[in-house]
Amino acid sequence: MAEVQFRFRDDEPVADPGVTVDAFGDQTNAAAVRLEPGDDARDLLPHLARIKLVEVNFPVFGDGRGYSSARILREAGYTGELRAVGELLVDQLAYMRRCGFDAFAPDSALDPADAKAAFDRYGEVYQPTTDGRAPIWAKRHAGTANG
Amino acid sequence: MYQYDTYDQAMVDTRVEEFRDQVRRRLEGHITEDQFKPLRLMNGLYLQLHAYMLRVAVPYGTLSGAQMRMLGDIADKYDRGYGHFTTRQNIQYNWIKLEEAADILADLATVEMHAIQTSGNCIRNTTSDQYAGAAADEIVDPRPYAELIRQWSTFHPEFSFLPRKFKMAVIASDTDRAAMRLHDIGIQIVKSAAGEIGAAFYVGGGMGRTPMIAPCINEFVPIDQMITYSEAALRVYNRHGRRDNKYKARIKILVHELGKDEYTRQVEAEFAHLLTQNIEPPLAELERIKGFFADPAFEVGVPDEVDRSDPDFALWVDNNCVPHKQPGYIAVTISLKPVGGIPGDATGEQIRVMADLAARYSFDELRVTHTQNIVLAHVKKADLYALWQVLDANGLSTPNLDQIGDIIACPGLDYCSLANARSIPIAQKISQRFAGREQEIGELKLKISGCINACGHHHAGHIGILGVDRKGTENYQLSLGGCEGADTSLGQITGPGFDEEGIVDAVQRATDFYLANKQDSERFLDTYRRLGMAPFKEAIYG
Ligand code: HEM
Ligand code: SF4
Repeated sequence: MAEVQFRFRDDEPVADPGVTVDAFGDQTNAAAVRLEPGDDARDLLPHLARIKLVEVNFPVFGDGRGYSSARILREAGYTGELRAVGELLVDQLAYMRRCGFDAFAPDSALDPADAKAAFDRYGEVYQPTTDGRAPIWAKRHAGTANG
Repeated sequence: MYQYDTYDQAMVDTRVEEFRDQVRRRLEGHITEDQFKPLRLMNGLYLQLHAYMLRVAVPYGTLSGAQMRMLGDIADKYDRGYGHFTTRQNIQYNWIKLEEAADILADLATVEMHAIQTSGNCIRNTTSDQYAGAAADEIVDPRPYAELIRQWSTFHPEFSFLPRKFKMAVIASDTDRAAMRLHDIGIQIVKSAAGEIGAAFYVGGGMGRTPMIAPCINEFVPIDQMITYSEAALRVYNRHGRRDNKYKARIKILVHELGKDEYTRQVEAEFAHLLTQNIEPPLAELERIKGFFADPAFEVGVPDEVDRSDPDFALWVDNNCVPHKQPGYIAVTISLKPVGGIPGDATGEQIRVMADLAARYSFDELRVTHTQNIVLAHVKKADLYALWQVLDANGLSTPNLDQIGDIIACPGLDYCSLANARSIPIAQKISQRFAGREQEIGELKLKISGCINACGHHHAGHIGILGVDRKGTENYQLSLGGCEGADTSLGQITGPGFDEEGIVDAVQRATDFYLANKQDSERFLDTYRRLGMAPFKEAIYG
């Protein structure tokens, strides 16, 4: 299992590797689960209360299904660790962070300075997500209804 | 037209810095070409046969004079003095050096332009009607809705690694001038019986190797839910679109394989969920954007007549100008298709001339059309002759809008690494062969692609030409009866292909047959639709 290189949480990391979604249904004591790109994140929704870690695998960087998986979990109120694993590139980190990932375990370690620059680069965003950052339209219309 | 505020400007400026950094990491070897590729692609930078190609976004095809002037200057400073306007209302430069790409982006940023998401598997530039704001038949100006989509889709965190590229178009009249139903999502802004504005969603159109016409999946999404609905449509695609085969990865395949009803059901379920997430910009944001697209200060009581005493001018007016909603004004199309020219190409100097004309005669605004021409949307009829004289002096007065010389052609084998055959020389030969006969033949939309990817829209051509590779030699397939617009249809292949000379002859046999058999004022397409393929085939193959 690749090392967690970046983590944006204060709680103790879960040590157990995530079990597959199939196994997870049967192992009622498992607290860590691993989502492959083809898995349906919504299968986990009934069990969110007992999950402490979801690993979302990106076997190739171009397969973007994991971004949707992450948002679906966060939109459903999941607050545990959401860890991106696999082929992660520097230029994807900020997008992943916005989709709700708060831990990153890239197959090959990233240059820390490049990664920090990537996390911090965009001071503004156009879309709201569950990360709580106010989108540009909200700043433009601060004080108006729905803004 | 839309103007950036400090937020929009910050996004674009940050992008320039990010791209500079990406190029640096590539040049220093921190990332491989494989890893760099998706990054440069998301900045519109392609590696082509001879050099890098940079594609610059022109959101919904609308430009200010200053932006247009910058495009001309970039052509001279970084390219070989040309820019190439594309079917997606953008502009491409074919001779770019990697080391200079970030400087070009920085120059563009000074006039609120960029190359963000002009390629890559993300949401591309949203296109629209080139006569927006001028057309008499529009319900509203579609561009504010396209601008709302531009902002929503820019750096969308969830949809930047889609199965495949994603193209959207927005129109707001029943006459479709943007090939809306040939897009991944086509939106028609509509008005309900109660007078409410909404968005009709057409999903799953496209060209490429499996051309499909998008079905309507929702006839009326309330306008203050349009972004949420788009997000739902995209999420279903991002999760379930095929990733095993890049030729089956477009949303049209998903919609086709699931069936329209099942896809729609999934979108509606996702939509119901996303409505709880409050992701829709407030109507106040739409109103703010609309403010930028208010009608310009049209003069009233100006003459509505055009002095037609110069016959060359009169011919051009008849062919290249269309009625305007405002009395005394007219919308002008500048053809970038001179006889024997490269479709869509303009020199740096011509681009600046058009910028100046826009400043003088059209409220400082221009449009790029999906047929690779330029529109000045709001010209006073009283100024038309003076405008035409300047165009004429600069090789920009070809009177052939929607005629056989007004060809759409992709870059083909002259530039493109995916091409089977050359497109540009075929376009040049056809336009030379039919020079002087264009009026007689009338409306005839001819479109050429150099391979099955269909960048030249050949499926939608009244006459379509597709370059194929036959045993290592260039060969051309002919199709007839394609059409974009309200009555969208896809062309049918006539039969065996032709070589370079043969294809030009075949086009001539098809048009000769049409002229001999047309009834009344039928266009080529009408005659084809009435008679069907068989007699045309007979005429072409003898
Ligand atoms: C020279 C470099 C170019 C390359 C490598 C390229 C590549 C491609 C590819 C691979 C496709 C097929 C995508 C698919 O079906 O999934 C495609 C489609 C398309 N391209 Fe290009 N293209 C190039 C230039 C252009 C230009 C210059 C234009 C505009 C004149 C253009 C407009 C389009 C359009 C309209 C489509 C069809 C969109 C659709 O399938 O819905 N491309 N291109
Ligand atoms: S149609 Fe083919 S040859 Fe033409 S530009 Fe597109 S990919 Fe290249």
